Formats: sequence, structure tokens, C-alpha cells
Amino acid sequence: MRSYLESTARERLQHVLDAGSFEEFIGPAQRIVSPHLAQLNAPVAFDDGVAVGRATLDGQPVFAAAQEGGFMGGAVGEVHGAKLTGLLRRALAERPAAVLLLLETGGVRLHEANAGLIAVSEVMRAVLDVREAGIPVLVLVGGSNGAFGGMGIVARCANAIVMSEEARLAMSGPEVIETANGVEEFDSRDRALVWRTTGGKHRYLLGDCQAIVPDTVAAFRAAAIATLAALGAGPAALSVDALEREHAMLAERIARFGAMRDPLEIWRALGVPAPERVPLLEIDAFIAAAAAHRLGES
Amino acid sequence: MDWTTLADALFPLGHRITEHAQFLSGTADVAGPDGAPAATIAVIGTTGHAPIGVEIALAQARAVLDTVRAHPRRAILLLVDTQGQRLRHRDEMLGINSYMAHLGKCVDLARRNGHAIVGLVYDQALSGGFITSGLMADACYALPAATIRVMGLPAMARITKVPEDVLTELAKSNPVFAPGPENYLRMGGLQAIWDGDLAQHVAQALHAAPSGDARAALGWQRGGRKLAQPVIDAIAGDGHVQTA
Repeated sequence: MRSYLESTARERLQHVLDAGSFEEFIGPAQRIVSPHLAQLNAPVAFDDGVAVGRATLDGQPVFAAAQEGGFMGGAVGEVHGAKLTGLLRRALAERPAAVLLLLETGGVRLHEANAGLIAVSEVMRAVLDVREAGIPVLVLVGGSNGAFGGMGIVARCANAIVMSEEARLAMSGPEVIETANGVEEFDSRDRALVWRTTGGKHRYLLGDCQAIVPDTVAAFRAAAIATLAALGAGPAALSVDALEREHAMLAERIARFGAMRDPLEIWRALGVPAPERVPLLEIDAFIAAAAAHRLGES
Repeated sequence: MDWTTLADALFPLGHRITEHAQFLSGTADVAGPDGAPAATIAVIGTTGHAPIGVEIALAQARAVLDTVRAHPRRAILLLVDTQGQRLRHRDEMLGINSYMAHLGKCVDLARRNGHAIVGLVYDQALSGGFITSGLMADACYALPAATIRVMGLPAMARITKVPEDVLTELAKSNPVFAPGPENYLRMGGLQAIWDGDLAQHVAQALHAAPSGDARAALGWQRGGRKLAQPVIDAIAGDGHVQTA
């Protein structure tokens, strides 16, 4: 079985979407590279670290983007962000059945910091424009760089997120927190703690992702198809009622878990059986154990 | 900058803004355009270089949602002074990205429900604290002395492995590196920088809030981001990137 984690962005597109269906918009042959990296003597990529285009998924027309973690950690610069925004704006005109964002990113690319920050904000607004048009946006997270920073926010602006257990979804990286507030605040070398705090199982239990899958491209594909089918039953756009429900969920989360020090305590409070064994469970066993206890809407 | 001094300058007709643990909320009176009667607006924001943790993100979202529910079409001014997202394990454990996304979505919902949304960076704006507030507004403005950035040049030098003196030199000519509102203006991230009569500026901005996200086009016109808009256009038109 092909690992999603170990695949490149283009391999993921090839195998998550219908075979041979991906048609790229402004592909690498056009050589549209970052205008900011050369002056820092940093390498450029002909796709600026992201591929965007249209395809089919289970026969349905979709738009898709995949960030390449191998180039600057998938970080968003001016061109990279504009490709995502352009794809989302084109979706408004072409009206695919859904937009899939295969995120793998550290967030804003610091080499073009200010441009990257504005670019991420443009992506965020474009995602919400697509949802307003009635087109669901689905995020997949399963690369080794996770989805961090502003793109961790963008992910939670989508209709749903599919993660693997190896995936991480968060705002600030553990190294940044450790640098700012010390190793006793967050020990970035404690891989088990990092995983408990930002990993797929914790996010699934909290209700911040809607599906969790084993680390195979085939599993991501199946989950994307199933999640889009489930999303098709409800509205894609934001609503006051939906945001009030989210607000209540987030407020209750602080009230119930805000005094806790470790995600393990949260899992115990949720009533997950043998919470200390959660990291060891295979995905199917984990989903079964989590079923009666996880929060949020699926 | 002391927020009460700012509020007095912005709202000579009066305001009812209060601070609770660096969170600002309330209402203010703003003159209408061309002698029209004054209107009440909602004011929501942060002060004291607030770190944006889960609580203050949620408090701002609550204020936005309350405005949408209780006061249809009432304009909203977002006052920005933040050191960025709070850098704590607890915030990450609770999923701070979800709280910040929630705030951003509430602002977006307000916009779609007919609320004009204006952002004002009156002191400091950093990365995660900015992206879900001022950068979600219809138009964002700044005071001339404001600081806006993703992170400081020394930290940026460490992470990018580019020497700090090289970055400092580049920052003089290239708006992508340097803090300061004029760089964000050139890149289209700010609509304008406010000098002079703040009351007049805020009244005009609320009246003329643009619809749609034209920041990439502004960045192209002003020469701060020369590729973003051409790339967006090329994808939207299925053509090639025109950089000339």
C-alpha cells in the first residue's frame, strides 16, 4: 500500500484523484517562480511548491491543490498563495462538485514574510467565498510537515478535514513555543507529547477533524469520497446557526479541558477506554474506541 | 498606544468601549457621510499587544456574532494591537487554530450579512493575531507609527539562515521583509495609512468599505506584489502569466 506521508504532492494528486484525470493549471513548464527567493540565494521551484488544477474524483468534477512539503516545507509565498487563490476563484466560475486541498505546510514562508501573510489571508477569504457559492471545500492532512500557522487556520475554514494519525494540525510549531517560553512549556523533542498535542487522533477526539484514516493514499481517497458524499447532504456555506454551534463547542472545550495539562487527561475525561493505550491503537480499533466519546459533528 | 486616547480621537461624538483583560468591545457614534445623521457602530478588538489565546479569540467571535444577531447591518470596526497568537502548549492542545478560524469565519459571516467591516492597526499587528482580524476586514488601515510583521528580523534570520545584516539591507528596498505599514500598503494588505483627522477617516472608511477582495490587484498597482494578481488572473483565465 502506497504511503500518503511518503508520497510527493503530485503522487498524492495522481492516486487520490481518478487515475490520469488531473489537469494542472499553470504547471511547472511555465516556470513561474518566486520573485523573492533569488535575492536570498535560496533555491526556487518551477511550481513554487504547489500544484493546482482540475480532475475527477469517483467520476465527479473537482478542483484540487497539493502542497509539496519537500520545497520549503510547503510554506506559502506570493506565487504559491496566488495559485491557491486563483484556483479557488476559478472554482466560483467553473463550479466543480468540490475543492480538495491537500495541505502540507509550515504556514507563511518567512523568506517572503509579508507577502506570504497577505497571501494566506487571501486564501482564507477565497475558501469562504467558495463555500458561500455552495461548493464544499475538503482538506486532507497527512504529510510529514503537517498543517501549521495560517494554513492551520485555513484548514479549519473548510467544510471538513481528513487526517491520518501521523498528520499534525496546529498553529505554532513546538520549536517556536519552546524557543519563546522554554522547554518546560513545550518540549519539542518529546515526540510523544508533540503527537498527543497536535496529532490526528487528538484532533479527531476533539472534533477538529471529521475523519481519520491509516497512512495510505487509498485510504485518503476513500475517505475523501465518503466525506464529500456526507457533506452533500448539508449546506456548504457558513450560517449563523452553524457558527453558534461551533461557538458552543469551542466554549465548552475551554470549560471542560482548559485546566488540563496533557491531552491524555482530556481523553480520560471524554471517557475513552484505556486512554494511555490510544497512541498504540490501529486506526480501526481507535475509531471504534472513540465512537461513543468523540466531540463535534461528523 | 493607549486605546482610550485612540478612541477619543476616533469618536469625538462619543463611545462606550470597555476593556476586559486586553479585550475591547462596545459601541461608538460615527458621523454619517455628507452631514447625514450619526450612526452607531460596533467596536471589537484587543489592546496592550495582546497575545491571542483561545479565550480572547472566542471573546472577539462572540462580540461579532452578537452584533450579527442583534444589530443587522451595523458596521464593525476591528481595533488591532496584538503580539500574535499566544505561544503556549495549552492553546495548541485546545486547538487554537480552530478558535482563530472561528473568529475569521464569524467576521466573514458578518460581511456576508451586510455589515461593513473595517480594520485599524493602531499599534502592533503580528501574524496569527492579524490574519483573523484586520486582514479579514473589507479594508484594513493603519496609523503611521504602527508595526506590522510576521516576525522580527533576528528570528527570521535564524529560521531562514540568511544573515540578519543581509535581511536588514534587503528590507530597505523590498517590502516583503520589513515591518511597517508602508510595506503592507505597497503589497495591498492595507487600504491606506491614516494621518490627520481620525474621526473623518473612520467615517469615510465605514461608508466606503469595498466589496470583494482586491488586495492582490492593489499590490500589483502599487508595485509591492508584482506576481500575485497575474498568477490569479492566469489561473482564472486558464492562460499564461503576464508579467510585463
